Amino acid sequence: MPGDATSTCWSCGTMRAEHFCSACGKVQPPVPVDYFTFFGLPRKLNVDVAGLEREFYQLSRKLHPDLYSGAEAREQQWSLEQSSQLNDAYRTLKDPIKRTEYLLRLEGVELEEQSKSATEQARASGQVKKQVVPPDLLEEVFDLNMQLEELRMQKKLGEDDPSLIEEIGRQKLELEEKHEALLEELKRDWTAWDHAVDSGSEEERHKIRDKMVDVLNRRNYLRNLVRDVNEVLESGN
Amino acid sequence: MANERIVGIDLGTTNSLVAFMQGETPVVIPGEDGLNLVPSVVALGENDQVIVGSAARKYLIDTPERAVYSIKRLMGRGVEDIQEELKLFPFRMADDLEAGEVLRIKLGDKSYTPPEISAFILRQLKRNAERFFGGPVTKAVITVPAYFNDAQRQATKDAGRIAGLEVLRLVNEPTAASLAYGLDKKKQGIVAVYDLGGGTFDISILKLHDGIFEVIATNGDTHLGGDDIDNLLITIALDDIRGDMGLDLRRSGEAVQTIRKAVIEAKIALSAQDSTKLDIELRGGKRYRREITREQFEGLIQPILDRTVAPVKQALKDAKLKPEQIDEVVLVGGSTRIPKVRALVQDLFKRTPHTDLNPDEVVALGAAVQANILGGGSEATKEMLLLDVTPLSLGIEVAGGVTDKIILRNSTIPASATQFYTTQVDGQANVAIHVLQGERELAKDCRSLARFDLKGVPPMTAGMPRIEVRFLIDANGILHVSAREQRSGKEAEIEVQPSYGLTDEQVESMLLESFDYAEEDFRQRQVIEARNEAETIVTALGKGRGSPAWEQLKPEERRRIAKLEKSLNVVKQGEDYQAIRKAIDDLNQATTHLAELMMDSAVATALKGKTMEQADLGEGPTAPHPVAKADFE
Repeated sequence: MPGDATSTCWSCGTMRAEHFCSACGKVQPPVPVDYFTFFGLPRKLNVDVAGLEREFYQLSRKLHPDLYSGAEAREQQWSLEQSSQLNDAYRTLKDPIKRTEYLLRLEGVELEEQSKSATEQARASGQVKKQVVPPDLLEEVFDLNMQLEELRMQKKLGEDDPSLIEEIGRQKLELEEKHEALLEELKRDWTAWDHAVDSGSEEERHKIRDKMVDVLNRRNYLRNLVRDVNEVLESGN
Repeated sequence: MANERIVGIDLGTTNSLVAFMQGETPVVIPGEDGLNLVPSVVALGENDQVIVGSAARKYLIDTPERAVYSIKRLMGRGVEDIQEELKLFPFRMADDLEAGEVLRIKLGDKSYTPPEISAFILRQLKRNAERFFGGPVTKAVITVPAYFNDAQRQATKDAGRIAGLEVLRLVNEPTAASLAYGLDKKKQGIVAVYDLGGGTFDISILKLHDGIFEVIATNGDTHLGGDDIDNLLITIALDDIRGDMGLDLRRSGEAVQTIRKAVIEAKIALSAQDSTKLDIELRGGKRYRREITREQFEGLIQPILDRTVAPVKQALKDAKLKPEQIDEVVLVGGSTRIPKVRALVQDLFKRTPHTDLNPDEVVALGAAVQANILGGGSEATKEMLLLDVTPLSLGIEVAGGVTDKIILRNSTIPASATQFYTTQVDGQANVAIHVLQGERELAKDCRSLARFDLKGVPPMTAGMPRIEVRFLIDANGILHVSAREQRSGKEAEIEVQPSYGLTDEQVESMLLESFDYAEEDFRQRQVIEARNEAETIVTALGKGRGSPAWEQLKPEERRRIAKLEKSLNVVKQGEDYQAIRKAIDDLNQATTHLAELMMDSAVATALKGKTMEQADLGEGPTAPHPVAKADFE
């Protein structure tokens, strides 16, 4: 309908935000749409990044505040808000992890919220934040933590054992490889997600959604662990 | 819109420039002295009149307590964090400064905030542009170091406003330089801009393609530059003098500034020569002489140059690029003339840096290009677009004194983030937010940007309000905050206490005060111009006396002319321009007959022409200063 802030594709039903008037081309007030709709993309995780980049530059050339220097005050304000939405949307959808996290948030998963409030609570109470250890890593993590503790003690006494350091370094490499592999796994989940969107099955979508949450959590866990290892390895140097 | 002149201004630590787009080429506008560079030096003359630029330089040595340089180092900063600066620079703080108050510097008996002092410089540049165009200039693009934080940017904008300029955009210096570079060459590729100026260092990495200048990463140090090299040399000279001659000159403003002038000349000489001599005359006839070789100089400054390495490496890391992937390195800033700096850049990027552009002017030229784009663009700039980034992460202080980053560094701007807040106590009407900039974990290690108080929260049970706060960083890199309580839909009132800046009220009152300067400026200009005209007519009269026509005058006429000439010579020593003009008029009238008699058309024209020129006082650069009519928000 003319005058609507968004339009919907007759064929696939994808919504797209209308940044400009189709008749006169003037910039429109920003609409609070999600980032996918902003770019006229379906809520699917496989994204043509090159195409997204082209669209980003094209929209930038039309929305950037520099082009509205002589315009009315409200047009200037709208260009400012539209540009910031454009930049925020591009930044989020361009990066594979950010894109996934964003979509999960849209699906109601409070991934970051959980983590952040837990961190705040922990800091406020002065306790160490409880991290959920992925079950298949339990034994590995346990051994590694023991070794890290030992190295910490050694460093205090100034008696670093080179073979221990080497062992820890080797394990760190393994963890980093696992971390990498999880991204590949996530990408496979994307395809499953996109398929679930197409098939319209809510049950399938929820299943993949929960799977991706798990992959992200594990990946975060491994990243934090590698960071902890680096801290100990580099301390006292 | 195309007729409105928007200028580009480089407000530098050491030198400032104003430029504009002349057709397809950006061009620097010279000052009255014909020079492109206006030294960023401000002094108060004997009558407390403000002097800016080269003319102010001699005051640094003659009356150092009435002059100031490198004021950019103090913009947007508080008393607590300039303690290091105070040790190295002769900034005199106002005596009655209170904690939490904006900095004020003493110049003679008066005191000014750094934005006010920068405004004096901006006003000089504005005048230069107006003289050049023969018309008013009220809009400008001003450059800032890419690594300037919010407070420093706001201070720059305030300075523009106090000077009577509408600042359409603040542009980052390396980005501006890339515009000047890219305009010339129509380049595509990855460009690194290494900008080492008088007081700040910036490294920016940009992707140029199809007229889009996209900053990928930026880093720097806002207290690193040529000044630090100068200070090092000054310290060595002072130590030398103390050792050799038993004289401790650290407290003598005059001596330090004399030494400073000499070491700067030596530093510049060493860029072209292998060695140079310091030969400084001190008070009491003593002389300090020392030879410095380039090798010694390079050894001394190595630690300063090394400080540029970490920011470069971090920028490359943030850009996810290796040095080999950079297509071109552009050098900006006077300090990049030092051979050792070029060698360091060569080493870091494994390629010869691009040095075709004048490192002193390229930033102003780039600002002029941006001014052109904002003004609607021209053939040369119509495809150009700047996409810049915020250099520092924006964060909120949360429980435990920790920073929660909501907009990360190197995010393309404009950028925004939304946070939700609620109340702790039933009926709580205000929520306090502390906003910071920086990369550290703890709030105390980051730069406090401002404290916002959300007022007028509708009374509800604790935890019920859902206050949506939106943080928006605009294209200038400056933060704006808006808030709305979602359940009631009510817009919350936001009161900002900038941690280091001026409130709107303060800027307004400074703007009003600046009208006084405008009037003072106007008066000054009238005096100068009247004196010039007096010189002209006296000179012409001198020629007239030597001509045969003089003998044809009656004795009374000659006596009258001599008497009026004597009056004029006396009056023009004073400051009363109206009296000078009257004396000129009187002398003009008295010499009309002489002019008619004289066959020498050149002299006759000079004498006669005076009467006609006087009628044109209302137009051009001698018109009443536009600032007097400026509107303020």
